[in-house]
Amino acid sequence: MVSTIRTPHPREKRIIFKNIDRPGWTIDIGCYLADGGYDELKKAFTMKPEQIVNEVKASGVRGRGGAGFPCGVKWGFIRPGGTKPVYLICNADESEPGTFKDRYIIHQDPHQLLEGMIISCYAVNARLAYIYIRGEFPEGAKILERALAEAKEHGFLGKNILGSGFDLEIYVFRGAGAYICGEETGLIESMEGKRPYPRIKPPYFPAALGLYLCPTIVNNVETLCNVKHIVRIGGAEYAKMGKPNNTGTRLLCVSGDVQKPGYYEFEVGEITIGELINDICGGMKPGRTLKAVIPGGSSAKVMSATDRYKIKTRQPDGTTVETEMGLEDIPIDFDTLAAAGSMAGSGGVIVMDDTRDMVWALNNINEFYAHESCGQCTPCREGSLWMKKITERMLHGGGVEQDTDTLKSVADNIAGRTICAFGEACAWPTQSFVAKFRDEFVATARKKGDGNGSTNS
Amino acid sequence: MEIPAELEARIDEEITHYPVSKRSATLPLLHLIQEHFGYIQDDAIGWIARKLCLEPINVLELVTFYPMFRREPAGKHHIRVCRTLSCAMVGSYELLDTFCKHAKIDRHHNGHGTHILKSEDGKYSIEFVECLASCGFGPVCMINDDFYEAVAQDEVPQLLEKYQ
Repeated sequence: MVSTIRTPHPREKRIIFKNIDRPGWTIDIGCYLADGGYDELKKAFTMKPEQIVNEVKASGVRGRGGAGFPCGVKWGFIRPGGTKPVYLICNADESEPGTFKDRYIIHQDPHQLLEGMIISCYAVNARLAYIYIRGEFPEGAKILERALAEAKEHGFLGKNILGSGFDLEIYVFRGAGAYICGEETGLIESMEGKRPYPRIKPPYFPAALGLYLCPTIVNNVETLCNVKHIVRIGGAEYAKMGKPNNTGTRLLCVSGDVQKPGYYEFEVGEITIGELINDICGGMKPGRTLKAVIPGGSSAKVMSATDRYKIKTRQPDGTTVETEMGLEDIPIDFDTLAAAGSMAGSGGVIVMDDTRDMVWALNNINEFYAHESCGQCTPCREGSLWMKKITERMLHGGGVEQDTDTLKSVADNIAGRTICAFGEACAWPTQSFVAKFRDEFVATARKKGDGNGSTNS
Repeated sequence: MEIPAELEARIDEEITHYPVSKRSATLPLLHLIQEHFGYIQDDAIGWIARKLCLEPINVLELVTFYPMFRREPAGKHHIRVCRTLSCAMVGSYELLDTFCKHAKIDRHHNGHGTHILKSEDGKYSIEFVECLASCGFGPVCMINDDFYEAVAQDEVPQLLEKYQ
């Protein structure tokens, strides 16, 4: 088992992860306060809630959970002066394969999250908030419970916080092993004590009809932490980090076939996929070459190292310019990865080298989605299982000529035909693996196994 | 099924976290019951339903949906090994086999309708779970509530040794 202290890379810009692996740092509120903790909360109470919303809008910060929706716009959907109570839920259900950033914030810097949350609750006028933490983080849940108690003792939670007249309670809610609870409307159903079947949008946009059909803001852990820093430096200053429409810093989680996998924080778009792999993560393992990258968690479309990507970028004067580049030259930001046909998603970068069997890799991903489909929509419930059965059969030597096309056809019939984005999340891997590595799928389908279920690779 | 006073006090406190709807406390109550008894007994479903003024099906449908709840006891020490891509790329399937070998768990002896495998003496049980969110440091596993990353195959015996 490896040591848990990891030193940051010199090219990193650590804001959200400033205290992660910091020597002498503890989760105690005393440590956090000695470092200027909760100063931004005090500052926030000198501002009007709508001023904070405006700062968040000006910052341009986009949601860090996967969809990349602008946080300020989401908050703007809450109409001030409404008659229903407003709720805020922190989505700490981190379960997108390849993603492991919120784990460290929760386990090593819980007060940063709480401070960001309390400020956010004040901004959207939420008096009751919850942290929905995945069931597999039992220690994280205990750490958060303890941090909440500490915050309450210091008057940062409860009635009339710091004399501001603002009341707030935050509670921890534990999930129980279901990936679908990371989908915000599924999460809300789960919190209402039901099976977490996602709700259809419209009309069930959480900002209008969320928890108990009241206006609800659901934000990722990293997004809420960003709010603290936006209040600290101001939205305009925050927007100077990164690139236009891709502002701030981003936590990237690298796993797979690199020498030094791990978590890193950079200004958005600051580094390319190639720099991340070669400079930051020490390159590929000896004698191996890059084959593929999944750039934003397992739902993101896989990208091949041999492809050329035509990327259209909007210029300040409104015109678009098309640039052609290889995989390693693509900067990691929301817009460029979307233009390249994939997505920045949750920041989970999975790297695969030339020894990897793409049918095997897709089968592993398919098994995940087949297990995690909530079963509400037929195309997803049935299709995710069919895709898994096909790739598994192919791996065991039972493939047939049509498998490659059948896979694509099944995936095409899921995407866009389901209530929530899980449909796309399970279809995109199959669609992209088959499109990018078609020859490999065709060749595997032709191979015959020994009839005993052993692999033919 | 006897609910000790101390547990019931915790349950009553938990319910206060959901002033709008007691039904929201179903999942938290299931966690508290499973932590105490090790699994969700039939009686517990009725008990929670009565406590929260629900029908038993409202509780049962959660137990059958969420992977973390079980209807029968696990081993004294429960092992979860991550199955998903990044961990599989660094040997989680082999890690599962190694755990089974040293914990004396027969992989082919699966109880009806359960995804949990148990050793004959009931000391250990094991489960292959989806992504545990530590993908850079695989293969990862949990033993009870303790989390371990970058677990080498040859570390398994000493790891099990800690859980008697």
